[in-house]
Amino acid sequence: MTDAARVEEAIDRLLTEHPPNETAPAEFWGAQYDAGLAWVWHEEGSGGLGVDRSHHPTVMRRLTEGGADTSNRRRNVLGIGMGAGVLSVHGRDEQRQRWLRPMFTMDEIWCQLFSEPGAGSDLADLSTSAVRDGDEWILNGQKVWTTLAHVAKWGLIIARTDPDAQKHRGLTYFVVDMEAEGVEVRPLYQITGEAEFNEVFFSDTRVPDDQRIDDVGAGWRVAMTTLMNERVAIGGTETPRGSGAIAVAVDAYREPGVDDPVLRARLLELWAESEAARLTTIRANETATVGTPGPEGSTGKLSWAELNKEITAFTVELMGLGGTGFPGGYELTRPTGMPDYDPMRAFLRARANSIEGGTSEIMRNIIGERVLGLPGEPRVDKDLPWREVPRS
Amino acid sequence: MTGVRLSYLPSEDQDLIRSAARKYLTEKIPSDRVREIMMASEPDRSLWDELADLGWAGFLVPEEYGGSGFGYPDAAVLAEELGRAVTPGPFLASAVLATTALLGSGDPRRHGDLLSGMADGSVVAASAIYEKRRGWDPEDIDTTANPDGDGWVITGRKRWVLSAPHADMFLVSARTDDGVDLFAVPSDTVIVTPTPTLDATRRQGDVVFDSVAVPAEARLGGGEENLRRTLDIGAAVVASEQVGVASAAFDMALDHARTRFQFGRAIGSFQAVKHRLADMLTRLENARSVALHAVRVVDDPVELAIAAPLAAVIAGPVANWITGESIQIHGGIGFTWEHDAHLYFKRAKAASLLLGDHGYHLSRMGDALGL
Ligand SMILES: Cc1cc2nc3c(=O)[nH]c(=O)nc-3n(C[C@H](O)[C@H](O)[C@H](O)COP(=O)(O)OP(=O)(O)OC[C@H]3O[C@@H](n4cnc5c(N)ncnc54)[C@H](O)[C@@H]3O)c2cc1C
Repeated sequence: MTDAARVEEAIDRLLTEHPPNETAPAEFWGAQYDAGLAWVWHEEGSGGLGVDRSHHPTVMRRLTEGGADTSNRRRNVLGIGMGAGVLSVHGRDEQRQRWLRPMFTMDEIWCQLFSEPGAGSDLADLSTSAVRDGDEWILNGQKVWTTLAHVAKWGLIIARTDPDAQKHRGLTYFVVDMEAEGVEVRPLYQITGEAEFNEVFFSDTRVPDDQRIDDVGAGWRVAMTTLMNERVAIGGTETPRGSGAIAVAVDAYREPGVDDPVLRARLLELWAESEAARLTTIRANETATVGTPGPEGSTGKLSWAELNKEITAFTVELMGLGGTGFPGGYELTRPTGMPDYDPMRAFLRARANSIEGGTSEIMRNIIGERVLGLPGEPRVDKDLPWREVPRS
Repeated sequence: MTGVRLSYLPSEDQDLIRSAARKYLTEKIPSDRVREIMMASEPDRSLWDELADLGWAGFLVPEEYGGSGFGYPDAAVLAEELGRAVTPGPFLASAVLATTALLGSGDPRRHGDLLSGMADGSVVAASAIYEKRRGWDPEDIDTTANPDGDGWVITGRKRWVLSAPHADMFLVSARTDDGVDLFAVPSDTVIVTPTPTLDATRRQGDVVFDSVAVPAEARLGGGEENLRRTLDIGAAVVASEQVGVASAAFDMALDHARTRFQFGRAIGSFQAVKHRLADMLTRLENARSVALHAVRVVDDPVELAIAAPLAAVIAGPVANWITGESIQIHGGIGFTWEHDAHLYFKRAKAASLLLGDHGYHLSRMGDALGL
């Protein structure tokens, strides 16, 4: 049987045995995981069928058509979109058994503890430390911009285990229990007034060594897998034509009173750009194989981020004076999932698109250096031990 | 689009077409030869004979008429390679536009001899459509075809006719009492005045039809619908060509950015250059996507009406921008006649106006979308 036929058959069986309209979402997601349809490119037993990633869009399309709830991917995106890929490549079998299923069913929410006040784009410069103590590690330091940390059970964290090594080499990757002692989560409010993200403080937080991912000192490699998955999770989702931000713009254009050739031309430009980007995503997914996505994922992330900012800003323009209002006002809230946004909030939220998951400048560096093979910038930090690197 | 899911991956045939074309064009039609043909006073015929021997003149012509019998997604691959090499000659005019018009006419068998001649390279056909600077829409056609006995008499002046100096046969659009149609008119019955072109690798001319009498069979019979479809398919193939033009200009710029040193480093290590190249690649991939899509939906009129102008709307500006940035990244050398950067810059600009400018395509796309 071909891989495509296996995938189709597994989908048929899942939909027949667990009709989405009669099954609670968490139960359906559990059955989906057991059927190998959570991440088809994972090994069997880890939520996959061991087939190419290019079959994933079929799964998503058929499940959506079948009425299944697929919102877990968005709501637990740091886990399902990134953590899972890390565990499948760098984790041990018992780690996958422990974590993957409850992640997919949303019983356990995940967060990503990478950025720090002193280390953003230059992630490898981070200073949160992990010191070994028998079978445990002791974490100390501060993370920042941590999305969903306030509801997360588990965190993907990268910490410095050897400050005397060159900065990329002294890092190790762990999964930390967000309910453990010495973890403090404080909300950080965004320009939308909401606190999706947080700052997280670790004071003598203990992490068992069996929650270490891959080798001591291999943290940078694991972090790269995380980021490659993140960029595809952000820019690589296949959507129907005319959906998403452009649909909101089209609706705003169709409101009575918006009949202007300049606005029409602008709308059509943006429609064309988003359709082109959408087709590029479909093409990228067609060639996706097993394993971690390559640096090419950065072009999709870059296109999508820049376009989303333009479209959402244009939508506000279409609203005319309506675009000077802000329905609901800036109540400082702390959403427990990834919220849906009205056009005004979407406009503000979009500014983060070219910052989160790697800024657009960093995407262009990656495309320039890793895809096109152009030389890097001259660097002052390359051969120094981390301790001696100049920093602000 | 409902039902079947399209694949944008190249077929085995398409991979072969690409590698064969790339090899032939690099070895046999390098830019020296392109420049020679471009600067010659008379239109070149020997290159077209060579391409006909390769089966490219009749690439889309069905095998029963002696052609190669390929489809549009295949022809798009060839067009892209011809764009990469800024190959001169009437491929777009004869092998794409005129061929498409004949195959989409009421009864292609009536034009079997013409198609065979086009496939073996002995006849070059050109479409004579436009009359006004911004007259891309069939509504703008004033040339008339009046019944005369069993046949027709055609009167009008066509301008910027692509490959007119090469043509043995014109497919001229003309207005009749029952709408616009195309008529096959031999070149020895008309007056052709070659006109210098921005993109000197492609020749154009004015063509005057001064009460030219043609027999009844000269009328193609596909009406305005066939004309519009031909122009849409043409726009889709031009988009593929633009992808080739842009990717060649991009490759030159990338190569230069790697090898040109200033301030002790490769200029491609400066972010102002590196980031521009990253954006060029990103936009080039988007242009490739819309072009691949358009040539795959030629048999679905509803989708083609969106996909063809979409392809033009994206690929035209991308090709203009990339070929321009390529000159910039090359610095002074990129502004010289000797360097090939200008061949691409000119090809892209002219190609983005041939079948409708940006606003024309944008507006048509909007109409098709109901926006
Ligand atoms: C909404 C949101 C959610 C986030 N969620 C998370 C999360 O869950 N977990 C997590 O770990 N992080 C998260 N982040 C953090 C995000 O990854 C960082 O903000 C990002 O990597 C940039 O780092 P920085 O903020 O320190 O900015 P800096 O790195 O200081 O960058 C400042 C500016 O300098 C530019 N710059 C920096 N270096 C270069 C260079 N080499 N070349 C050119 N320009 C350069 C940047 O592009 C940017 O414009 C989130 C951020 C946002 C906005």
